[in-house]
Amino acid sequence: MTDTQLNFDVIVVGSGPAGLSAAIELKRLGVGSVLVVEREKHAGGIPRHCLHSPYGMREWNRLMFGPAYARRLTQDALKAGVDIHCETTVTALKPDGEIEVSSNAGLQTLTGRAVLLAMGARETSRSALLIGGTKPKGVMNTATLQNYAAFSDDMPFKRPVIVGTELVSFSALITCRSHGIKPAAMLEANTRITTRFPCYLTPKAMGVPLFLSTQIVQIHGKRQVEAVTVIGPSGPDTLQCDGVIFTGGFRPENALLRSSDFDLDSGSLGPKIDQYGRVREPGYFCAGNILRGVETAGWCWNEGRKVAHCIVAGLQGNLPPRTQVDISAQASGSDHAIKFSLPQAISPSAPKAPVAFDKLQLRLSDKYTGNVVIGTTTHRISSKPERRILLPLPQSPFSSKALP
Amino acid sequence: MSKTYDVAIVGAGVIGCAIARRLTLGGARVVVLEKATDILDGASKANSAILHTGFDAPQGSLELTCIQEGYKEYEALRGQMNLPIDRCGALVLAWTEEQEARLPALMEQAYENGVEDVTPLSRTETFALEPNLNPTLRASFRVPRESLIDPWSAPHAYLLQALLNGADLERDCPVLGGQFDGRHWTLTTPRGDIQASYVINAAGLYGDKLDQLLLGQSSFKIHPRKGQFVVFDKMAARLTQHILLPVPTETTKGIVVCRTIWGNLLVGPTAEEQEDRETANLDHDTLEMLRTKGAEILPALEREEVTSLYAGLRPASEYKDYQIKTHPETNMVTVGAIRSTGLSSALGTAAHVGRLLAELGQETQSLKDPDVPQMEMLAENQTRDWQCPGNQGILCHCEKVTYREAIAVLNDPLAPKSFAGFKRRTRATMGRCQGFYCGQTVQNLLDQKGLEHD
Repeated sequence: MTDTQLNFDVIVVGSGPAGLSAAIELKRLGVGSVLVVEREKHAGGIPRHCLHSPYGMREWNRLMFGPAYARRLTQDALKAGVDIHCETTVTALKPDGEIEVSSNAGLQTLTGRAVLLAMGARETSRSALLIGGTKPKGVMNTATLQNYAAFSDDMPFKRPVIVGTELVSFSALITCRSHGIKPAAMLEANTRITTRFPCYLTPKAMGVPLFLSTQIVQIHGKRQVEAVTVIGPSGPDTLQCDGVIFTGGFRPENALLRSSDFDLDSGSLGPKIDQYGRVREPGYFCAGNILRGVETAGWCWNEGRKVAHCIVAGLQGNLPPRTQVDISAQASGSDHAIKFSLPQAISPSAPKAPVAFDKLQLRLSDKYTGNVVIGTTTHRISSKPERRILLPLPQSPFSSKALP
Repeated sequence: MSKTYDVAIVGAGVIGCAIARRLTLGGARVVVLEKATDILDGASKANSAILHTGFDAPQGSLELTCIQEGYKEYEALRGQMNLPIDRCGALVLAWTEEQEARLPALMEQAYENGVEDVTPLSRTETFALEPNLNPTLRASFRVPRESLIDPWSAPHAYLLQALLNGADLERDCPVLGGQFDGRHWTLTTPRGDIQASYVINAAGLYGDKLDQLLLGQSSFKIHPRKGQFVVFDKMAARLTQHILLPVPTETTKGIVVCRTIWGNLLVGPTAEEQEDRETANLDHDTLEMLRTKGAEILPALEREEVTSLYAGLRPASEYKDYQIKTHPETNMVTVGAIRSTGLSSALGTAAHVGRLLAELGQETQSLKDPDVPQMEMLAENQTRDWQCPGNQGILCHCEKVTYREAIAVLNDPLAPKSFAGFKRRTRATMGRCQGFYCGQTVQNLLDQKGLEHD
């Protein structure tokens, strides 16, 4: 780092939509010094390489592509007076807002009166899925494909298969089709596609066959991918292709939290927060996809903005102490249906304490219709897995002001 | 190209690299011929990265002698060359009554192999050292000097020292045939004829094939034995200190759970015989089995994410011991069937081969003041470049590989010629995200250097 300043009012870790929107809001609310640290060469996070819409509707009521959106957020942050240090990697989180960072200067310790963790999420790799076969070139996640599309002249394949049917899978499909790549197929292990329906028409419209109930089991090829073995409804089959894109299966980029011994939710794999976005460790707040895999950029942007208000309240001494009163949602009909719910803890309310998480965010791992019990209240839901479900937070004995 | 050398070594695996170093330091003019695009591309690209003491090696075997000589020399070298070691020690774990009954005999074998510092541990004593083990454990013994090393920086250092002191390396250079005229060999390669007084067969998985090609026959046959591994992330490495070994069976040493020098945790290998010498296929069910097996030994592993997978082929033969043979009438030495301990024994095997060549009459003056290379330190238990000023930022976030490290590797006299070779030298893209963040950046960097895709 070139700057010699080591102490800040707030340090934000990660410059994606959540981190930047929080930083901008913090400045707008009058916080003195706000530093964003970003390990990549440029700020903006994942949208930097998402060469498609829709971005920016929630934020500015404009339809934008990812890179323009990332640029706008970065410029807004700089204009607001936020310091952004790129190529700066946080390597340890220590008590009381002390963070260890690595950069060209070597190791340094920075201190924030508050620290916002907004490190985002990543997709599940081929290795984590234990997919057999060889390890040729051309096997990657959507993000890597999009990095090729955004920052390279060459694409890594011409006819890959796309594994998965989450929202991001269609983002991979669009990226392929707009870069002269015609995927050989889209594969979904379940009997239906994961994301909502308008996308259902997309593979067909783009001339890409969609195979449901079909699992990839082996990747073949010595240098480049040559084929994959799949098991579908009619048994094993071989698909000729020259690449495999493993899409989705987002999980929080939580390695830093784990190595720093933060308390993690075994369902979301993210940190456990209260309604103010605070984790157990004093001084640390969280927002964005570090909390869960995965929400849209707009959602993360809004979350960052709301948590900024809580951070300011915290700096002013207006947040009540964080108590470890766990709240969790139980599906009365199934032990496994609920993947996670957040916030995971509820602290007391206070008159000057704005609430960033005024709804319980629930995610299912299986399709479920039935009752969900949160504390003393019961809600009836009917939903597919991986959809956003919002339920009221349990009643609090004190009044609190929810943010718009 | 027609060059004349004292010695041509066929195969740049860990054994070929170590022999190249030994003979070059001994004053010989050496060439190493490697058929693959980069070195360490055969058996040496996948192993469990352990420096063995030989406590469980067959008694009186050449393998045992080479392992123990190799261990000593690695200890002597590593300070000079900046090579890492993690002296974590190993535990041989007994889970059943039968296994427990075999521990005394295994310890006796260790004593007879000269590994006299093994100590028996009760269940309680074992748990004091390794609290995360499955509670069904019965007893164990500890082998203190079993250690972790970097399976790639070591052979790189050996070959690099040979190159710095005058040896040549030819990659993409398979030996297609050869003639011995009574004094010299002429080896035919796609890069021209290579003349050498002596030929060393260090062709690993193709050891028998090369003997057949050059000598018309081979006294052993390679039976490739596949080993699959799963690798867990750095957090999983907190679950154990020691190399966790099972009680071996007649056919296999069994599945090991151990940390790596880079701070990950691996579970493997399997032992699967196959005919194919090129391709080590991963198999989903076997990988699941390894995952389950790992969680049986360390139950907390159940919740950990697998970050990478690999499989390798060991050049096993029908014999238990190494097949190291001199062919005095044709100035050739075959270093064959180095089945699974090559990384540990390489320096010892090289010294042994040096002595065999001297017996054949190969005579040169040892180099007086040889150059010693300094390797990049990638070990988690040492200071890494990302902790130092001037590192130019981090390229691969999961394994914390810096741009300075990457650029140094690309400008090294032994610079990689393939993506895989680059990964082996730096570890870039080999961590938990498997290239999600840096995959394209790394490819871009390599494209600028004109490296081959693979």
